Amino acid sequence: MTEMNDKKDDSILSIEHLSIRYSDDKLAVKDVSAKVKKKTITAIMGPSGCGKTTLLRAINRMHELYPDIHTEGKIMLGDENIYDMSTINLRRRIGMVFQRPNPFPTMSIYDNVIAGYKLNGIHLKRSERDEIVERSLKNVALWDEVKDSLHSRGNFLSGGQQQRLCVARTLAFKPKIILLDEPTSALDPISTAKIEDLLVELKQEYTIILVTHNMSQAARISDNAMFMYLGELVEYDSTKDMFTNPRDPRTEAYLTGKFG
Amino acid sequence: MDQTTTLNKKYISTLSDKDDIGNLLIRSRKLKDRLFKIAAMFFSFITIAMVFLIIGSLLAKGLKQINWAFFTQVAPDTFSAMMAKSSGQVIPGGIVNGILGSIYLVALASAMAVPFGILIGVYIYENSKKRYAAIIRDIADILQGVPSIVIGIIAYIWIVVPLTKGYSVFAGSVALAIMMLPLIVRSTEESLKMVPETLKEAAIALGTPYYKVILRVLIPSSFSGLMGGILLAISRVLGETAPLMLTTLGNPQVNWHIEKPVSAVPLLIWQFYNDPNMVDLIWSSAVFLMGFVLILNLASRWICAKKKI
Repeated sequence: MTEMNDKKDDSILSIEHLSIRYSDDKLAVKDVSAKVKKKTITAIMGPSGCGKTTLLRAINRMHELYPDIHTEGKIMLGDENIYDMSTINLRRRIGMVFQRPNPFPTMSIYDNVIAGYKLNGIHLKRSERDEIVERSLKNVALWDEVKDSLHSRGNFLSGGQQQRLCVARTLAFKPKIILLDEPTSALDPISTAKIEDLLVELKQEYTIILVTHNMSQAARISDNAMFMYLGELVEYDSTKDMFTNPRDPRTEAYLTGKFG
Repeated sequence: MDQTTTLNKKYISTLSDKDDIGNLLIRSRKLKDRLFKIAAMFFSFITIAMVFLIIGSLLAKGLKQINWAFFTQVAPDTFSAMMAKSSGQVIPGGIVNGILGSIYLVALASAMAVPFGILIGVYIYENSKKRYAAIIRDIADILQGVPSIVIGIIAYIWIVVPLTKGYSVFAGSVALAIMMLPLIVRSTEESLKMVPETLKEAAIALGTPYYKVILRVLIPSSFSGLMGGILLAISRVLGETAPLMLTTLGNPQVNWHIEKPVSAVPLLIWQFYNDPNMVDLIWSSAVFLMGFVLILNLASRWICAKKKI
């Protein structure tokens, strides 16, 4: 089932027998085990309601926001179980970007980038702050566009620029892993292409896990792909192998558009 | 195509067979429509006219009393008011004790009601599905319906009798604070609902502790809504008279002592009403009160309209 788990171990994150149950006893994620390789892009695909977003959110424990959630299993980041870590430390190491761009409307562009430090009460010297802001915005190729208006609010930015600002906000913490939940579903094709280029660029330094509805996006940018169906991890393989030679009939049916 | 046309023709011919009834029906409908429209416009015109008549007659009667002294001096005694009136002059003095008293009372009431109201509003918003929050929300609605005189009596037996041993600013502002509380609770909840859930998630995904999500993200993002609600609550209680009569009574002089009685503009209007020589001051005080409340109302609307995230 999960060919990837047997390959050479250069993984950064290891999901071990993870099951997530909602209040009404519905299993959202069923006994998923997977190892995510360092400095790659891993796409999680599957039809709506298959548990892919829940799985992604479980990786930095954002799923705990849902009421009465019940989680079994482990997720190992290095040799630490994330469910034994404090959420502050965990979320500094595993950042998240959401479906819709959500910069803080009351903060300037500058403050948005270092929002993680401000909101956690971490004090930085001015020079450190400047350095983090510049590095993060350059990383997302937004620096040239906003360097003259760093201290104004980001309302005038386009949706794509706002989403890149959100990526910069996540990068400011220098996380190990970046989780993205359908980051381009609210964007136009040109902005989408820019975000995709950005993700491929970021892969050199970061590990990226991406939920996507868009199969061609997964094919374009991901190295490995998971296919989930009804809470189950049906197939996990290199993207190339999965798209050219799916092993499970359900994966094949999904990839050929029989359902989804 | 041909078939449809013939069908249509047939239908039209059946209609014209009953020509009179059809036409009559349509005509009476149009007539009712018109009548209804005219009636609706007439009554709405009356309502609008009423507002302008009120403002007009207040200005006509009160404007002549509004001068520098009106804002800087206290009201004269009956005798000098009578002398001024009989010699055809405006009544000397003004309502500075009432203006400052009203501001004092409302400021103190806000200092009590705003933090409580916002905290309760945040609690209800954050726990909207819990039973306890639903109960608090219902109680806030009930509190909003309690007659203001009843709140005055409560403040009298809770504060005036045991605590300040007499009418006081403190008692008056407690009464007003109780009246402001439900308004602020509900407006806080409503304006927090306007903040997109995604902002909260963004803050949590950065590892932000819960209290900072509320203080640094939720409240700043709904600031204009919160301010609008507070201003509206202030303008609601600014004109309250009944609870103040039972709690702070009134004071012919400016007072800053929290345990002493203080005056307020609506209280002064009532006092002027009871003194035939002071009648002219009723109108100018009413103009002032109405203007003040109107400005607060417009300000709160303006702030709420700026709300965009």
